[in-house]
Amino acid sequence: MATLARLQARSSTVGNQYYFRNRHLNRIVTIIQKWWRSFLGRKQYQLTVQVAYYTMMMNLYNAMAVRIQRRWRGYRVRKYLFNYYYLKEYLRVVSETNDAIRKALEEFAEMKEREEKKANLEREEKKRDYQARKMHYLLSTKQIPGIYNSPFRKEPDPWELQLQKAKPLTHRRPKVKQKDSTSLNDWLACTSARSFPRSEILPPINRKQCQGPFRDITEVLEQRYKPLEPTLWVAEPIDELKLAREELRREEWLRNVNDNMFLPFSSYHKNEKYIPSMHLSSKYCPISHKEQFRSENPKKWICDKDFQTVLPSFELFSKYGKLYSKAGQIV
Amino acid sequence: MSQRQVLQGVMSLLRTLLLDVVPTIQQTAALALGRLANYNDDLAEAVVKCDILPQLVYSLAEQNRFYKKAAAFVLRAVGKHSPQLAQAIVDCGALDTLVICLEDFDPGVKEAAAWALRYIARHNAELSQAVVDAGAVPLLVLCIQEPEIALKRIAASALSDIAKHSPELAQTVVDAGAVAHLAQMLLNPDAKLKHQILSALSQVSKHSVDLAEMVVEAEIFPVVLTCLKDKDEYVKKNASTLIREIAKHTPELSQLVVNAGGVAAVIDCIGSCKGNTRLPGIMMLGYVAAHSENLAMAVIISKGVPQLSVCLSEEPEDHIKAAAAWALGQIGRHTPEHARAVAVTNTLPVLLSLYMSTESSEDLQVKSKKAIKSILQKCTYLPALEPFLYDAPPNILKHVVGQFSKVLPHDSKARRLFVTSGGLKKVQEIKAEPGSLLQEYINSINNCYPEEIVRYYSPGYSDTLLQRVDSYQPLNN
Repeated sequence: MATLARLQARSSTVGNQYYFRNRHLNRIVTIIQKWWRSFLGRKQYQLTVQVAYYTMMMNLYNAMAVRIQRRWRGYRVRKYLFNYYYLKEYLRVVSETNDAIRKALEEFAEMKEREEKKANLEREEKKRDYQARKMHYLLSTKQIPGIYNSPFRKEPDPWELQLQKAKPLTHRRPKVKQKDSTSLNDWLACTSARSFPRSEILPPINRKQCQGPFRDITEVLEQRYKPLEPTLWVAEPIDELKLAREELRREEWLRNVNDNMFLPFSSYHKNEKYIPSMHLSSKYCPISHKEQFRSENPKKWICDKDFQTVLPSFELFSKYGKLYSKAGQIV
Repeated sequence: MSQRQVLQGVMSLLRTLLLDVVPTIQQTAALALGRLANYNDDLAEAVVKCDILPQLVYSLAEQNRFYKKAAAFVLRAVGKHSPQLAQAIVDCGALDTLVICLEDFDPGVKEAAAWALRYIARHNAELSQAVVDAGAVPLLVLCIQEPEIALKRIAASALSDIAKHSPELAQTVVDAGAVAHLAQMLLNPDAKLKHQILSALSQVSKHSVDLAEMVVEAEIFPVVLTCLKDKDEYVKKNASTLIREIAKHTPELSQLVVNAGGVAAVIDCIGSCKGNTRLPGIMMLGYVAAHSENLAMAVIISKGVPQLSVCLSEEPEDHIKAAAAWALGQIGRHTPEHARAVAVTNTLPVLLSLYMSTESSEDLQVKSKKAIKSILQKCTYLPALEPFLYDAPPNILKHVVGQFSKVLPHDSKARRLFVTSGGLKKVQEIKAEPGSLLQEYINSINNCYPEEIVRYYSPGYSDTLLQRVDSYQPLNN
């Protein structure tokens, strides 16, 4: 410790001595160090200035870039992604369509209601009319006022007027079933009036005769418009015999007092004579011609009278003079 | 004698009568069998067990039209009760004879055969496939074009029941060209016919986008909208079901519906109905709004939100309320504009009460919670949010406070309103764990206000003031 203190004292004195001896050198070194420090500091300052400048420029560029990007983003969104005005327009159009549809639907509903009301009114009207027709007998006469036309009232009841207007209801007659009688003219294939006019239209008189082997026009028209003249065989219905039988049976049924058939007396104790047929009664051998004909042997007849001769109608003569073709006629 | 033995006896007697010579007896016996089978499914099973069906099927091919009608009635009555009975009918080969009956001249026979096929096809997809394989669909499409209304009705309902099971069956119905005819018949004034046609079209369009597009191409708009104004409840319900099935597939289809003015018509229809008839319409609005925010905005401007909130509050049934809550959630979840439109109509308190009430079903609670959450996350309309500060349970309160913390830093008028309405006081009273999200929101709200005000509203401030008064020594005495 003591040595240290002695060294310190010595150094300070030595240092001071040195200092006072080397004042000049120290001054120079300080100057050198001063210049070196300033040089370092200036370099440092340059760096800081550069950095600051650089940061400032970068901030500026960034800000400008953001400005550009902002504009671009706005433009892009507005043009490509979401057009606000288009949306507004669309919503406006949608609300207009909605209003139009609402109005149309309301009109439709009103129309439907009106139709229904009208149908109801008509139904009521019909019902009332039917009631009036049924109650027609309640109408007042000249002598007796009806129940709706009381003398104490100022005016008759509206039912009175309704009854006056109504036609009395008749009982429903049993519908006679119309047998659809097919007249013979119906078989004509073409019955429209246009193709076969059946009226008495005659052709004009001064008609030039057509050149060629044509018949007289009056004859042709007569033939064309000739009405149907059926023969007797055709004119009668095909089941004429059956109808006649039915008719007969109906008349008998009218006249009969009792419908039960008379039952025959028990006749099996009677001896009935068996009458064999013609084939069985004759011998199986060739018959002589004389015996063949009925008219020659009146003895063999069962009953007294001969057969009636009935000749069938000859169709040849029914059409005499009425045929269109000139075959067989004397020219 | 037990019931079963009596039944067996009756069935065997009727069976012998079916084989009688006189045709009238056969028809009456068949009619009796049909009525018995119609009444009860035990009787129908008895009919099947006594082997009456093969006899019926055999004579169905040959007899006159009254017998055909009665026999088809028996088949219908048996087939309607359960899939097993319908399968028994298919197994005895009745489908081919029924399809032959569909080609008959008499419309009554066609109607009876179509009805029987409808009840068979109704149960499940395999039976429908069997009916389709028998070649019934083209004949049913022909039946639809017949002039008799009853036949049209039954044929339309049969096509509807066939198409409802799977997309392939619906495709078969569409391939037979049914859609164009059905769309034309929508103009018919008969209500029951319209109801069946709309049901058929909605069953076809519900399966896939292509089928829905095909239905739309048949030009049903705007005729369907007139059906929405019909007097009959079922027609309205089926029309709104059809529009819903079309709108739910893609945004383009929903756009089409909106452009045709369908949204307004459906909203009016909802307004005029009650109960279950409203449900398809409500769901349709939800589907349309769910697709995109433009469509949700279209629903809003068509005045859909007030109507939906009316439904939400009036309807007694829970499932309709749940549907309305879901639809409101879909409308309000897109942007703050939408949320504001929903909040303005004061539906949020109603939704909250539905969520909190113990009487609501689980489904209703879940849906209303989701709706509240989705609307709240976008809602910036503060007057509607304030009631929530008071009543809401903690999990919803978190979102409410979060919304306040987002809006208040930017809007000075809102800050003033918040203070004067007592909201700040309420916020101070909320107890939150430090570090939780709720605490962060509360801190951000407190940071919007000067410290004195926050301290003034903090709970217990009056006590501290009084304490200070107590401990204060007056300076001069």
